[in-house]
Amino acid sequence: MIAASHFAYWGAVFLMMAGLYIVIARNNLVKKLVGLGILQSSVYILYVAPGKLTGGTSPIIAAGVQLYSNPLPHVLILTAIVVGVATLALGLAIVVRIREAYGTVEEDEILRADADVERKQAE
Amino acid sequence: MNDVILRVVAKRLIPLALLFALYVQFHGDFGPGGGFQAGVIAAAAMIFYGLIYGLPEARRVVPDRVVEVMVALGVLLYAGVGVAGIVLGGNYLDYFVLHANPVEGQHRGIFWVEAGVAITVSGVMLKVFYLFAGRGREEPPEP
Amino acid sequence: MDIVIVATLLALMAAIAVAIARHRNLFGVVVLFGAYSFLMATTLAALDAPDVAMTEAAVGAGISTVLMLGALHLVRSLEVKPAQGAIVPLVVVVLVGALIVYGTLGLPSFSDPHAPIHTHVVPRYLQEGLKETGVPNIVTAVLASYRGYDTLGETTVVFTAGIGVIALLRRRRSNEPRA
Repeated sequence: MIAASHFAYWGAVFLMMAGLYIVIARNNLVKKLVGLGILQSSVYILYVAPGKLTGGTSPIIAAGVQLYSNPLPHVLILTAIVVGVATLALGLAIVVRIREAYGTVEEDEILRADADVERKQAE
Repeated sequence: MNDVILRVVAKRLIPLALLFALYVQFHGDFGPGGGFQAGVIAAAAMIFYGLIYGLPEARRVVPDRVVEVMVALGVLLYAGVGVAGIVLGGNYLDYFVLHANPVEGQHRGIFWVEAGVAITVSGVMLKVFYLFAGRGREEPPEP
Repeated sequence: MDIVIVATLLALMAAIAVAIARHRNLFGVVVLFGAYSFLMATTLAALDAPDVAMTEAAVGAGISTVLMLGALHLVRSLEVKPAQGAIVPLVVVVLVGALIVYGTLGLPSFSDPHAPIHTHVVPRYLQEGLKETGVPNIVTAVLASYRGYDTLGETTVVFTAGIGVIALLRRRRSNEPRA
């Protein structure tokens, strides 16, 4: 059955779409960053799941083990995790500065404040 | 925070956490672990100290200058291992030229490279925590 | 059995993701995100990836939660406005999801030993890795030796993020004259 062989991908896609929905449909900047984090971490499953072999073990060479799971996605995802937290730190720093400049972190209020400033400058 | 339980538990846990970070760093060759995990665990131990005993106390133990130097030192160390590969006759980031026995050279290269990664990662995590936690605190004096 | 464990964990993570989308209190959202990261670490451990699981637990559930709580304290925003009718994003998300699911139909089945991922360089890493680098942990060997350049780039990314945050959040000393 197709669901039993592709469930890992579909689970990752559902999480990805949940994260994407939070990013585009919510106004609060901090919540958007949380949605971005969910979107990024769903990709870890998408990459690590194809490397898993049933009956295998983690790719650390030990005596008496025949089958190892694939180590290559682990390397890529280690990098992705650390890059993700770096992005989160920078995003939160920008949100803190936006709060100090605009007084709010709701996206619609920020856009309205920008539109007001532009209208005043055009007069 | 004045809670006695938190202070006592922190005194027991923080040295263990730092020791575990060192263990993860040096046993990354033989078990799960390596530079990133060790750097993050060490930074988490220091952040825990800052949360329990207050930010000025944490800044006294690990000053700002030290953390800023750590941030840059790790990348410099990593790039330096690469340059050492060129100086000793190979290409950039060749490890087998670092010692007469190529496998021993790999060991050395991996050791210094992982050390550089751990230093940078722990420095960046700690510095970002200092910046976030210290921001709302001192208001600039009124002009 | 692996399939049952991983599928259960994925279902729990999906439930938490939906709860994060609907929850209005930001403090609760951050705590839920920490729980999500722990479940992600458990799933990665169930998929035979202990290095990745340790990193995700430390970074996702540890550092991310602390940074977000610190930012929430500075931003002082605790309640999100109630969600207006958001039908267009939902439709967009469902369409994109369906498209990606259609794309995953061509991917190899779960735990297929003849998948292309197992046939190119990885057998060489697994067989020659211990001999060439002397390091039994193949993930560390690939990360630090075979793909050392990528790790240099990643360390530079962390460094750049660090100096970016320093540039954004550094305070001028109070005895410098304000321009």
